[in-house]
Amino acid sequence: MTKKGRSNIQRRLIPTYIFLTIVSLISVFPFYWMLTAATNTSLEVARGKIIFGTHAVENFTNLLAQQNLWGALKNSFWYAGVQTIIALLICSLAGYGFELYHDKYKDKLFSILLLAMMVPQVATIIPLFKMVSSMKLLNSVWAFILPAISTPFLIMMFRQNSRSFPIDIMEAARIDGLSEFKIFFKMYMPVMKATYAAAAVITFMNAWNAYMWPKVVMSDNGAQPMPRLIANLAAGYSVDYGVLMMAVLFCSCPTLIIFFILQKQFAEGITGAVK
Amino acid sequence: MLLRLWLKEVFALSKKNASVLAKQHRAGWIYLAPASLLIVVMSFWPMIQAFLMSLKTGSSANMQWVEPIFYNYKRMFADKLFIRSVGNTFLYLIIQVPIMLVVAMLLAQMLNNKDLKFKGLFRTCVFLPCAMSLVSYSLIFKSMFATNGLINSVLLNLGLIEQNINFLGTTSTARAIIIVALVWRWTGYNMVFYLAGLQGIEYSVYEAAKIDGANAWQTFWRITVPLLKPTIVMTGIMSINGTLQLFDESVNLTSGGPANSTITMSHYIYQNSFGDFVANFGYASALSFVVFIMVAVLSAINLKVGDKRD
Repeated sequence: MTKKGRSNIQRRLIPTYIFLTIVSLISVFPFYWMLTAATNTSLEVARGKIIFGTHAVENFTNLLAQQNLWGALKNSFWYAGVQTIIALLICSLAGYGFELYHDKYKDKLFSILLLAMMVPQVATIIPLFKMVSSMKLLNSVWAFILPAISTPFLIMMFRQNSRSFPIDIMEAARIDGLSEFKIFFKMYMPVMKATYAAAAVITFMNAWNAYMWPKVVMSDNGAQPMPRLIANLAAGYSVDYGVLMMAVLFCSCPTLIIFFILQKQFAEGITGAVK
Repeated sequence: MLLRLWLKEVFALSKKNASVLAKQHRAGWIYLAPASLLIVVMSFWPMIQAFLMSLKTGSSANMQWVEPIFYNYKRMFADKLFIRSVGNTFLYLIIQVPIMLVVAMLLAQMLNNKDLKFKGLFRTCVFLPCAMSLVSYSLIFKSMFATNGLINSVLLNLGLIEQNINFLGTTSTARAIIIVALVWRWTGYNMVFYLAGLQGIEYSVYEAAKIDGANAWQTFWRITVPLLKPTIVMTGIMSINGTLQLFDESVNLTSGGPANSTITMSHYIYQNSFGDFVANFGYASALSFVVFIMVAVLSAINLKVGDKRD
């Protein structure tokens, strides 16, 4: 293509650039605002100051004085970490079983399990709360993760992605005398690394952000995860915006870091089950 | 009990003498058993219990059957606050979902242009809101739109308003802010689906359309939309499903207020079971069963409509 043709195309794209720039600014602005607000006093935030201030340390010490920040962060990492590991193991095993050992009964079972996607969370919290409290698991990591470790979404994701797994090497492995379990751990898992990464990112994010269920079963102050901590901060009668935004920043940091480092896996995790 | 049965199977599998085929057959079931059982125990069983509970009244320990048996279901039709929560949820659904999906499609189309520069940067920016938890962005929007907040002071300084507006204390603006916040948070999410779908379409298809003299509008409706139909149906189902279950935003952005005028169905059910209202697990279960039926019916309609256009 000639130089002139190319510049013509770019000229025609100017409205596109303008639109994308506006949308990008709108998308990014609340993040920028969160960062600046965390460094300003509540009064400055309310006045609409949107440049960085000098009160970050003050906000941080106030936050530590008001809430058990480290405890909540530790809780969130622990819950999300345990949920990610167990969910990945259980759902990948199932996806593997449904795809590579499939027969008509398993296919039927799978389509029944998919119906669970339509069950709204709010419809099950009362029976689940009764179940979890009768098992004396309230405020424990098990209460947090039990309803979330086996999801149709993750099973489907592993099932769909297992289609690309070469069945021939399974046969070869069997002839070599590898047991069925070893085939899964030694062959399937390494081959499916990309799927595991995407599934891990999306599961961790979901666990980190979970709000309604933990609000019900993790009511102890010592057991609360980050989203509850910031919600509590904001529920007070007079809210200190600087402190609040400092806490929101801490709650968002891990997911933002994951987003920037593993954006590709995150996108794959979101669209994972669609192929 | 079940765990012991499962472990027995696992041990049987590791034994040497079983025939290869029987082993394989068993292995398949063993792999999918834990996940399947968990879904049954954590989704289907609670759903059945929720229905049984919806025919009772009371909370926790002392629950009794109601008389007449469908009283809870009858009660909700006279429950003005529940009707309002249904109205609110559908208002958010009807306004937000179409705007969000159209903008997402538009962005995906733009970002799929091979002549576009800074593609990665734009995509990251548009996608960024997905990295923020629902509670976090609700609180950010709440602070920005507070009576003594950023938006008010900007409008005041520009001379557009005389005095601060109580955005979250006024029903219409509070609802509008929930919708704006939802669009902000989820547009990039849906854009990712469309972009993945668009990238799956061969460029030669568009090339051929161009040669045949189709303009951009025709190409979009005759080629892109039919090819992306499964993706569009799926994002539609997910958005409907998600909006019908709105909770975090209603709780944290507006607290359902002012005077419960922006409350969503999930939030109302929560209030009736674990929240500020008098706990009635029976009534809350009846309400949640209705939400379940709404989700199921709307998803089914969406699938049907998606199928028909073939």
